[in-house]
Amino acid sequence: MMASIMSSSNPAANPDRSSTRRKKKKKIHHNPQIQPETPKIQWQSDAQQQIYSSKLLHALQQVRLGSSGSEPSSSAPRRVRDAAYGVLAATARGRTRWSRAILTSRLKLKFMKKNNIAKRQRKVMTVIAAAGYQPRRKSKVGVFRLKSKCFPAFQRKARVLSRLIPGCRKQPFPVVLEETTDYIAALQMQVRAMSALAELLTGSGSSSSSSAQLS
Amino acid sequence: MSSRRSRSGSSRITEDQINDLVSRLQQLLPEMHNRRSDKKSATKVLQETCNYIRSLHREVDELSERLSELLENADTTQADLIRSLLMH
Repeated sequence: MMASIMSSSNPAANPDRSSTRRKKKKKIHHNPQIQPETPKIQWQSDAQQQIYSSKLLHALQQVRLGSSGSEPSSSAPRRVRDAAYGVLAATARGRTRWSRAILTSRLKLKFMKKNNIAKRQRKVMTVIAAAGYQPRRKSKVGVFRLKSKCFPAFQRKARVLSRLIPGCRKQPFPVVLEETTDYIAALQMQVRAMSALAELLTGSGSSSSSSAQLS
Repeated sequence: MSSRRSRSGSSRITEDQINDLVSRLQQLLPEMHNRRSDKKSATKVLQETCNYIRSLHREVDELSERLSELLENADTTQADLIRSLLMH
């Protein structure tokens, strides 16, 4: 009798799982591997290339329309190139450092041209640098502590790589590697898209009916 | 995974993490012998990565040149045609 009283007064110890008090936790265990980062862009997909290509085309038309007297210093290929990288960075949707760095530097240029004041440029740069700067000074030292990565050659190449990727000069090495993988995939897509565009323009330039060639 | 605990005080970066990232990076590189990831040292992978990125930059520059020339000659009507083709 005492046992029954004890079991009734302590419902939590009740091994019977048919009670509705227990919340169903099925959904949480659906993904045991929690992804620490926001999902990155799938640069390999055709859909992504289409998005980039149409945005690039819009941007290039702007480049042509505004080419007369606005920027006499930069050449046409330079403007095409800047447009290509700008659209690429925009397509990344702010999820990577390299893309944010490209967009930020373009913003700085626009800002400078409008106001033409060096002081403001310095202000903007300090704000942006402060926003991106990590106070952890051990970040680079952390790489040196790894046994197999102590070779000076490795460190040299890691530094070179961090300078090649936009916005990664002062980033810790794993961040640089992550950014590199995304950056390379994005660049590969950019080359594919620009080549396809060039082919289209070459094809349509030589013959009037280009649709037959493309199918 | 045990190495993470022993170094938890000093740095959060583990060798396994670095190796994992490096091997993932290696798979992106356009090498014939890509599948044999153990053969390449991390330094070699870094070197090839730098070279590859530089070559991609060059390719983009060349394509920009080509596109700027093509766009000079192209009509606006052709651009609309291209855009409609891209929508497929």
